[in-house]
Amino acid sequence: MAVRLRTPLSGEGVIKLKAGDIVHLSGTIYTARDSAHGKILSLSPEELPFNPRGTVIYHCGPVVRKTPRGWEVVSAGPTTSARMNRYLGEILPLGIRGIIGKGGMDSEPFKGRAVYFAFTGGAGSLAAESIKRVRAVHWLDELGIPEAIWVLEVEDFPLVVAIDAHGSSLYR
Amino acid sequence: MLVDVLVDAIRLAVTAIPEDTVEALQRAHEAEESEIARFNLQNILKAIEIGRERSIPVCQDTGTLTFFVRAGVDSPFLTEIEGAIIEAVRKATPEVPLRPNSVDPLTGKNSGDNTGNGVPIIHWELTEENKIEVAVFPKGGGSENCSALAMLTPGEGWEGIKRFVVEKVKACGGKPCPPVILGVGVGGGADYSLELAKRALLRKVGERNANKRIARIEEELLEVVNSLGIGPMGMGGVTTALDVKIEVAHRHPASFPVGLIVQCWANRRAFLRISPDGRVDMWR
Repeated sequence: MAVRLRTPLSGEGVIKLKAGDIVHLSGTIYTARDSAHGKILSLSPEELPFNPRGTVIYHCGPVVRKTPRGWEVVSAGPTTSARMNRYLGEILPLGIRGIIGKGGMDSEPFKGRAVYFAFTGGAGSLAAESIKRVRAVHWLDELGIPEAIWVLEVEDFPLVVAIDAHGSSLYR
Repeated sequence: MLVDVLVDAIRLAVTAIPEDTVEALQRAHEAEESEIARFNLQNILKAIEIGRERSIPVCQDTGTLTFFVRAGVDSPFLTEIEGAIIEAVRKATPEVPLRPNSVDPLTGKNSGDNTGNGVPIIHWELTEENKIEVAVFPKGGGSENCSALAMLTPGEGWEGIKRFVVEKVKACGGKPCPPVILGVGVGGGADYSLELAKRALLRKVGERNANKRIARIEEELLEVVNSLGIGPMGMGGVTTALDVKIEVAHRHPASFPVGLIVQCWANRRAFLRISPDGRVDMWR
């Protein structure tokens, strides 16, 4: 079953998804890797540069290019999500409804609240085709390009629901 | 001039996946029956095509820039080559562009240009020739994180090596971006077994070790790893590895070191040869 979804995602919306579904995601997503997770969790929700409720986090450190019109994403596939397992139990309760990554995560923390979407690792040039615009970048000076939070506008980003909100996972 | 050809080689490595690897991925795509495995392999093949057509990095992790240099002591470029490699990495970072991947382990600060203490990594070999050969090997972090060393006992021997490699691949699941290529270095000591494992990955996919006994073990390991069912991106399938490469060195009588370097499907490499007259040949 292929589903089209737009951010922000609702609790009811993600509960309906099943592992194995193909989702075409549009809207705004936020990149975050190890350092950004640490920093997000060191701040109170009011101090964050974005409202996490209903958002989708993308485990990704993009290749970007600065142009006269601003930042442009050149290549932006997912990074290994398992490194972020240690933050999962605290990050999802902020209201995050989806995580995009590769390689899978612990499925337990997703139950009843969120889903894990997989995109193909290494396919950064293809992922960049779904990224239409960089809306903003947070913490760039402090964290550097790979670890900063890149706020990306995506259109029909083709994803697989790899872990659903009912505890089912596609990972072997 | 030297700097520019090295920038070209770095660009070639990150934007154009070698033909032997692409063909192996196409065969893997034909062999998979599951919808999800085919989705992932189709995405991989599309990403490779886009990278080549637009000359952009196929994978956003453009890796730790690693170089294997065979430097002829009679080359007129011998004294320039190290500086040229470092300068080429600096120049390639905004030009290709590459992702800046060099982080100070104490402060967490990214140097911004892929250089820093010890990076780019350059492995040297001196030869009695008058040419210089450079292998450019941008190594991704996700797959490198699955690499490992085992100091086995001689009693465990080759059976122990097979067990170690299979257990590691199983434990890594989808993390290193399968279908992977496995580099295995045996003997030489802890450090050298890992270097051999990384060098092994410079061989083409499908190219067997010239030693028939080693070649048989490569094939055997490939079959066992593919029977694990991990599949493309760890979501199930018949292709977990595209190839296994083994290189050996003599070992200490008490030791049986085995280094394992896991390489993702984005098996990036480029080679260049600098002749004494300045002529440059480049290939993948």
